[in-house]
Amino acid sequence: MNPFKLYGLFRRAVDAVVAKVFERLMTLLDLVLLPLQRLVGIKRMAYFFIAPNMLIFGIFILLPMMLNFYYGFTSGQSILLQNRDYVGTDNLDKLLSCKDYSDPNSCDEDLFWRGVQNTTQYVVAQVGTMVVLALIAALALNQKIMLRGFFRSVFFYPVLLSPVVVALIWKWFLRYDNGLLNALLVSAGHDRVQFLADPNWARFWVIVVADWAQMGFYTLILLAGLQSIPAVLYEAAEMDGANSWQRFQHVTLPLLMPTMTVVLVLAFIRAVQVFDQVFVLTNGGPGTATLYIVQYIYRQAFVESPSQYGLAAAASLVLALVLLVLTLAQLFFSRRSEAV
Amino acid sequence: MKKFRSVLMILVIAALVLPLTALHAQETVNLRILWYNDGNEGDVLRDLLDRFEADHPNIKVTIDVVAYADLHNILQTQVEAGGDSAPDMARVTDTARFRDFYLDLTPYLPDADYWTASFAEPVLNSFRKGADDTGLYGFPTQFTITGPFINRTLFEQAGVDVPSDVMDEPTWADWEAAATEVAQVTGVPYAIAIDRSGHRIWGPALSNGAHSLNDDGSIMVDSPGLRKTLQMITDWHTNNITPLGVWVESGGEYASARPDFVNGQLVMYMSGSWQISGFSSDIGTSFDWDAVPNPYGEGGSTGIPGGAVLAAMKTTAHPEETAMVMDYLVQEDVLGEFSARTLFIPGHVGLAAKGVDYVTDDPNVTQALQTFLAEVPKLTPEAYGLQYSPIGFTFNTELRDRLGQVIVGELTLDEAIAKVQEAVDAAYQQVYGGS
Repeated sequence: MNPFKLYGLFRRAVDAVVAKVFERLMTLLDLVLLPLQRLVGIKRMAYFFIAPNMLIFGIFILLPMMLNFYYGFTSGQSILLQNRDYVGTDNLDKLLSCKDYSDPNSCDEDLFWRGVQNTTQYVVAQVGTMVVLALIAALALNQKIMLRGFFRSVFFYPVLLSPVVVALIWKWFLRYDNGLLNALLVSAGHDRVQFLADPNWARFWVIVVADWAQMGFYTLILLAGLQSIPAVLYEAAEMDGANSWQRFQHVTLPLLMPTMTVVLVLAFIRAVQVFDQVFVLTNGGPGTATLYIVQYIYRQAFVESPSQYGLAAAASLVLALVLLVLTLAQLFFSRRSEAV
Repeated sequence: MKKFRSVLMILVIAALVLPLTALHAQETVNLRILWYNDGNEGDVLRDLLDRFEADHPNIKVTIDVVAYADLHNILQTQVEAGGDSAPDMARVTDTARFRDFYLDLTPYLPDADYWTASFAEPVLNSFRKGADDTGLYGFPTQFTITGPFINRTLFEQAGVDVPSDVMDEPTWADWEAAATEVAQVTGVPYAIAIDRSGHRIWGPALSNGAHSLNDDGSIMVDSPGLRKTLQMITDWHTNNITPLGVWVESGGEYASARPDFVNGQLVMYMSGSWQISGFSSDIGTSFDWDAVPNPYGEGGSTGIPGGAVLAAMKTTAHPEETAMVMDYLVQEDVLGEFSARTLFIPGHVGLAAKGVDYVTDDPNVTQALQTFLAEVPKLTPEAYGLQYSPIGFTFNTELRDRLGQVIVGELTLDEAIAKVQEAVDAAYQQVYGGS
């Protein structure tokens, strides 16, 4: 017998068995679900169906959040709640106590404020540069250029890499000793540069690496936004004598704003949470030049001795508040753009 | 009928034997040790435990090896959670942190006096909660001493005298000058380096005349000796004679200059005796390396003692068996073999006095071990005090991280010292409850 025919017969037989099993399973489920539906009513069945998800969410997200909230108001070395002392807002007071907020050294928790200062600088610079670069890339990839599909893949490829892999690749590239970039500089007759040992260079490269790793994702979103702009609008603008800059300014940019808003808010939230990539690339150094808030929290809880679980939890509450504001802003802007 | 009888017989035998097997299985006590490795000590311990298990078939000991960086956090979670996840024994370096979780082995030991006679009082006290506590909770798996290593081959190639060969009491300045000259002549990138660790700074600081530890256990950070040492390390960076990868590129954690030394890129490396085994295997015959005495200063010449301890944890469900394992491991012949094969300096007083017949044919190892053994009598009381202080770990990490900030210009030395003082004061208050 023809092997393809045999395979077809086999597949049909397997399909039939699977369908039968599935049907029996559904019948069995009906035995439970039908009486339940009669008991609670069809509208309330939705709660039953989302219950498993809510259970997982409750155990792995809501409960830790609540525990963290409580930890933020306690002190001590123990990780068990019953062994921790309730200290009210002491941890928050310590975090926020500062003589001059522009000078972290004058703060009780100077590293927290260095983290805040570094994170603010990072968010502004990283989100700003990345959105501009992603927009330029999206505009370029929206043109009818040669190898368009290839270039789209190239821009998206770093997004598929793990942040740790990205950081390790760049670390090998940027190291003072045996770094590829410094080796190239030396072979070209230049002195080595302390790319990861000089605070300003380190801040610069942390942003470059983040842009490189994440840009493809936002480029894709912006590209989808660009492709949703009707071509007739460009044709009409062209017939009215608009040049390419004017078409970009008066057609592309306004119609891309809803997508841009989403991109900005998403990138903003992600930038505030920066940790893994920088942890591997610079570990917060040199000094504390690239110490961001999440790493400050990590250090307080898991590196310092004695561990400052309460302080770390309080800092994460502050961070959660910032992220909540950003998420609400995202909701507000996306609803407003939907209304438009 | 015959077949039926055979089957019946098998069933009867099975019915008799199976419960016995189950009983035997129930009697087997499984113990776990949370462990980390610097070198080959995990393998040596396994060998020793295999022999113990052969003599005690009802006890099985499993070694759970974790990375040193995660060791204390893992142990903290395990002992607080308790239950099956908690180890019966653990090898730790931050002894004070787990004082609430140690098991007093005294009631289970056949000869508790042997323990008190075999280990130094400060080490045994490091497990204890206060002056009234006389419990026996664990023992040092090894004794370590901080001190410098040099690449002797580079000195010879450069034609520069090794300061300790030609001077009675060479200072850090003498060593720095010599190492810098060697690096310049040989073209090696780095002259001198020290691990990114506060613990490693204490030795040079005390030798430079620092005094930090007060009688009440509190720490006074600021002293001319400490300032001189911190400034010296900062200047190494300013003068570009030390690898940036250690203090600057490594962020906020411990980092070692070991790879630079092993790869022949570094002339002088301030670390400690625990490196010996690794140097022997990694450097091999590539170059001659020596351990040299700690440099001299106004405070003399001292390293810092240290080492890891193996402690019994009170979360164990099998205190008697745990005590049996611990008591086996502290016996002079067992601990002697452990030290001989791991190239560790023993923390056992009797063994240290007798000497250990180390298993090595590497002359560099023999020289290094002799040098470090000669450093033991030079250790100052404050060196012991700092190492076994309950707030020593805080002092260590704060000193390390704040010096890192000084090196890159984020803090002045004054600001750094003030920040370290704040941290150790807070830790003191937490531990002693005083001001």
